[in-house]
Amino acid sequence: MHTAGGDFSIAGRALGSRLVLGTGGVSSPDVLDAIVEASGCTLATVAVRRVDPASRGGILDVLRAHGVAVLPNTAGCFTAAEAVLTAKLAREAFDTDWVKLEVIGDEDTLLPDAVELLDAAEQLCDQGFVVLPYTNDDPVLARRLEQTGCVAVMPLGAPIGSGLGIRNPHNIALIAERSSVPVILDAGIGTASDAALAMELGCAGVMVATAITRSRQPARMAGAFRHAVEAGYEARQAGRIPRRYLAQASSPVEGTPDL
Amino acid sequence: MTDPGQPGSAGRPGGEVSRPVTEPSSAPADHRYDVVVVGGGVIGLACAWDLAGRGMTVAVVDPEPGRGASWAAAGMLAPVSEVHHGEEPLLALALASARRWPAFAAELEAAVGRSIGYRTTGTLVVAADDGDRAWARELFEFQRDLGLGVQWLTGRRARQLEPAVAPGVRAGIWAPGDHQVDNRLLVGALLDAATAAGAVVHRARAEALECSAGVVSGIGLAGGTTLLAGAVVLAAGTWSAQLAGLPAGVVPAVRPVKGQILRLLPCDRAPTLTRTVRGIVRGASVYVVPREDRTVVVGATMEERGFDTAVTAGAVYELLRDAHRVVPGITEMTLGEASAGLRPGSPDNAPIVGRAAGEGVEGLVVATGHYRQGILLAPLTSAAVGAIVSGQEPPDELAPFGPGRFASVSGRAGA
Repeated sequence: MHTAGGDFSIAGRALGSRLVLGTGGVSSPDVLDAIVEASGCTLATVAVRRVDPASRGGILDVLRAHGVAVLPNTAGCFTAAEAVLTAKLAREAFDTDWVKLEVIGDEDTLLPDAVELLDAAEQLCDQGFVVLPYTNDDPVLARRLEQTGCVAVMPLGAPIGSGLGIRNPHNIALIAERSSVPVILDAGIGTASDAALAMELGCAGVMVATAITRSRQPARMAGAFRHAVEAGYEARQAGRIPRRYLAQASSPVEGTPDL
Repeated sequence: MTDPGQPGSAGRPGGEVSRPVTEPSSAPADHRYDVVVVGGGVIGLACAWDLAGRGMTVAVVDPEPGRGASWAAAGMLAPVSEVHHGEEPLLALALASARRWPAFAAELEAAVGRSIGYRTTGTLVVAADDGDRAWARELFEFQRDLGLGVQWLTGRRARQLEPAVAPGVRAGIWAPGDHQVDNRLLVGALLDAATAAGAVVHRARAEALECSAGVVSGIGLAGGTTLLAGAVVLAAGTWSAQLAGLPAGVVPAVRPVKGQILRLLPCDRAPTLTRTVRGIVRGASVYVVPREDRTVVVGATMEERGFDTAVTAGAVYELLRDAHRVVPGITEMTLGEASAGLRPGSPDNAPIVGRAAGEGVEGLVVATGHYRQGILLAPLTSAAVGAIVSGQEPPDELAPFGPGRFASVSGRAGA
């Protein structure tokens, strides 16, 4: 049977959903529970520096109960050295080689620091980590990260938490077209249509955090994103029509029966 | 403003000291009480004060009464500025407890003969940049639609109200109904009032709940002593679910949510704030709470790091950075203290108050999970616990917050 969204895997791990959830702003375990349920996500990021893997009753318990895989991230790191150390701590604490690599350039924009990012990616890939870097919407940098051995690239649509959507759709399309690893749009998503657009541009998945957690009804918004990601993927596969300048009637004008 | 439902109004021995007992050595020889309260934070102490005022013999068990989250807290009584989408029932509870605060404070101050720093000077919420202004506007419209008495202010109008606020703020929300109390004076007063009313404080750790034939029979202390009791009130904050002897699923998971908080000491060079200022800075929240003695409390982080209470450089930096953004003059003050407390968070962040659900724990009353609002919710919670232990009905506002509401959650977490 045809499944909306198709088969999706990263580094050989099959993921049932193309929607990746960020857990940073979730207000309570119950809210997270409802978000996970509604989103259908199977992979969620957790900030290594902010979450204690041994604690009980918190977000990790909710993720475990739903069978959602935990993707530790290096949020809050400003240097390659910090990010590499944090990834190593994550490997110990969360018992996984997977890491979402974030190296932030400054506090105002939270944009990735390209130089530190590539440096950290190189070290971590070399040490056997499965690295998913949060990167700028720069096709060349994305390719360099891929060549370094990253298993996916996660370009931003706009600054983290800004909700500005995809500011440079052309670059996202270029990255998606030229990449041989999955491209997951990360950051800047404001609402469901942004996620659909990412998929239409050729992304393999979308990561959403703030747009869900800070909405008035997070579970409802999570459901909207589930549908948006599936819809965008389906539209991409079905093939959009070419854009044209003037109208083209959808019913033939000539030869219309005279009733 | 007298309410017959006020805590302890049924004949609490006002200023007169009936049994000023504070040490276990003075406790009844057989350690037998009507009620044992596990936990001597603001909730446990308020419950003990209420129960003792009803004429019951009461013991409080806590190795360091009043020194946990209640000590670290800022003491804001802020149902309006703490409101969140999807938490409307909690708002009703918070407002109901806020209405009890004036009488609760007056009664407590009368009982101990000193101030607890209860201030009704209101709260000013300010937005640091344009993005924060949009966020504040959404919050304001939500508050206004709920009928909460709030007023939208331009940045300049906000600064007329509180000139120490930074010139660049974009807008403000004036919430005159959000008050504050000095939480440290409060817990000290509650401890004194409870003991003056006859409660006995055992400075020890509660090890285990003891039951007999499906009914609670007491609390075992570290060191081997057992306190016998007809009823047990579990008010141990974030440690509540860890008490040994609790049957599985009786108390839902209560997780520690760490808050780091600063205390700045008065200084002549710093401008005086007269109201609590809450800043929305880059989408994050910071509060600056001025006490009567001009001490200023700045908080607080929200971290889920287990039972860790270390004070970190990063938290001090971020709190001061954001507080400085909205009240620049505070950096002139002396950094008197940086501390951390653990808020008890339930699965839905709302308190857990009521008779324990489940088999074999008759006589167990739960009062925990107060998260960010323990100080605010103390009057209503203690009145409810007093009523329940006395066999009366608790206030209606607490009906949605019983321990039984998590049955499905605990079942799944255990699967």
